Amino acid sequence: MEEDVETRKISSSFLRDHSYATEADIISTVEFNHTGELLATGDKGGRVVIFQREQESKNQPHRRGEYNVYSTFQSHEPEFDYLKSLEIEEKINKIRWLPQQNAAYFLLSTNDKTVKLWKVSERDKRPEGYNLKDEDGRLRDPSMITMLRVPVLRPMDLMVEATPRRVFANAHTYHINSISVNSDYETYMSADDLRINLWNFEITNQSFNIVDIKPANMEELTEVITAAEFHPHHCNTFVYSSSKGTIRLCDMRTSALCDRHAKFFEEPEDPSNRSFFSEIISSISDVKFSHSGRYIMTRDYLTVKVWDLNMENRPIETYQVHDYLRSKLCSLYENDCIFDKFECVWNGSDSVIMTGSYNNFFRMFDRNTKRDVTLEASRENSKPRAILKPRKVCVGGKRRKDEISVDSLDFSKKILHTAWHPSENIIAVAATNNLYIFQDKVN
Amino acid sequence: MFLTPVVPHWPFYNLDTMFVRGLKRKCFDGEEDIEGTLAGIKAIPSYNLQRQSLLDMSLVKLQLCHMLVEPNLCRSVLIANTVRQIQEEMTQDGTWQMIHTQSTGQASLDRLVSTDILCRSSREQAEGKHVSGYSAFNKDFEGDQAQDSSETMSTASSVQAPRNLQSNVWEMENPQENKGNFQKSLDQIFETLENKSPNSVEDLFSEVDNSYYDLDTMLTGMMSNTKMGHCDGLETFSSPTATASNSNFKSDLNELDHIVEILVES
Repeated sequence: MEEDVETRKISSSFLRDHSYATEADIISTVEFNHTGELLATGDKGGRVVIFQREQESKNQPHRRGEYNVYSTFQSHEPEFDYLKSLEIEEKINKIRWLPQQNAAYFLLSTNDKTVKLWKVSERDKRPEGYNLKDEDGRLRDPSMITMLRVPVLRPMDLMVEATPRRVFANAHTYHINSISVNSDYETYMSADDLRINLWNFEITNQSFNIVDIKPANMEELTEVITAAEFHPHHCNTFVYSSSKGTIRLCDMRTSALCDRHAKFFEEPEDPSNRSFFSEIISSISDVKFSHSGRYIMTRDYLTVKVWDLNMENRPIETYQVHDYLRSKLCSLYENDCIFDKFECVWNGSDSVIMTGSYNNFFRMFDRNTKRDVTLEASRENSKPRAILKPRKVCVGGKRRKDEISVDSLDFSKKILHTAWHPSENIIAVAATNNLYIFQDKVN
Repeated sequence: MFLTPVVPHWPFYNLDTMFVRGLKRKCFDGEEDIEGTLAGIKAIPSYNLQRQSLLDMSLVKLQLCHMLVEPNLCRSVLIANTVRQIQEEMTQDGTWQMIHTQSTGQASLDRLVSTDILCRSSREQAEGKHVSGYSAFNKDFEGDQAQDSSETMSTASSVQAPRNLQSNVWEMENPQENKGNFQKSLDQIFETLENKSPNSVEDLFSEVDNSYYDLDTMLTGMMSNTKMGHCDGLETFSSPTATASNSNFKSDLNELDHIVEILVES
């Protein structure tokens, strides 16, 4: 594998002052843009922080570009729903980048109810020498102007500004869990627990409902939508996952309302593992298309599965993330950890998949060699530029020196959000309110 | 309206081991000898208790959803499905009746099986012993509670088969135990569920009043004498160990009064 992707940590926790970790700083989403030059994070306080990779220096080719803060802005504010007397959290649930089409960068960010399109642009020049106003901006007395001049652009300190260009509101009754940009770059979808809406970027007062699984009688509700994504190449195809462990692939060409799926992916239940928690742990927390568009990856509580779009009756690969938790399900149910929603990501070549776990552990699986590794994102265990050491959880019996026993795991330290650079072996791992960026070891 | 149910802080490890143990002994062959039957009896209530505890825990979780921020629908649906699953299994087992008889005089939830006949017959078989209620929370799952259930052993059989005598497993001869708060807690849960709508589950998804209570109390040391916030419910007992290892409750109103007396004094 890229077991030697046992990466070197180049920087830790850009974001916050760790002595005063507040809940608003908890990172809730991480996403690279399409070139990998930018990395966006959203947090529970409604802020978005964008990092930019610095240009590689020719003088020091061995030193890879580091990520530095590029822009910070408040994307969403807390709101109050007066009808229901409920607060609307400002937590950023998802960020998705649009492909770059000009000098500016565009991203979508969403909280539970509202999606916003942000434009992030640079300004490094400013005009000087106006005729009608002086350098301070005060208007000049027209009678005092005796000559004309052409304003010139002078360089200034780089300023990065983020402006909200569109606000897509009031279309979701339930909490938005996913947004996905379509490959046509003109539309995108937003999915909540029961409905999926299709938007055009230019139109904010209208959206099309393409999936609706709300039962006529809410008593009969037994299943919700947990994640949704467009196919990377086919703009008519998308998938959505459910809390019952199923994935539906829909084709928007068949009908306006895609309530009937084109394909239905479900693995038959293993009767020997049946318990009262079977359904809960089968609930899919994330679904991602491979870059090739041929496979989808799903994450449920204990496993990651890779499915071939051409085979609906079972996944082609199943990877155990932390099977040692299977005997702890009741306790995890009691403390609500069983409802944690872990995400999963592909690497650029679709050969390695990565997902998070507890105790600040995250796991990588090489699909070709079938090898896997557990790594830890913590400052204590890794110094900058040191190679990460593989970790191991000891299940029972004698615990070796470097192993950690299941009962010692810290379940408050969960890695739910990770991201992988689109073409290089650079990963971003969010551990509560710290962001870790790891890079491939350079020879 | 909301009570503060008592959820004991089980040790992380023990609870799951007990669950595993209970599940393993689920399929019990009723034709074994008395000793085997004894062991079976000890294990079977263990499974039922665990299942009951899971049910209670789930109901608590559903109620805890009603907070300032809109509850997570996915979580609520999953918990509700778990509750349904347990209820269905208990209905098949015939144990669901137990809970129902404790909700004194109230209209039954739709999915509850009519219980009166079952209860009566089991009472008769128990030779005048009380058919008591259920155990909301019980720390001791080892099944070594002093159960005066010798009469039931002869009719012990698989948990799967619906048995009238299932109710006798809950039978208890310890009127002085302080278990009233658990019983009443659960009663209140069912009360609130029933009062809302014909179907308890549906209401859990609809808008509800924000009855505030001390969430921290709920999630942390609930066994200690903590404030209940706005809740009208009972105060918890100071120590979980004070509660006996018994699993049964009497439906006797006098008993309830007795308990309330104790609470008021404490």
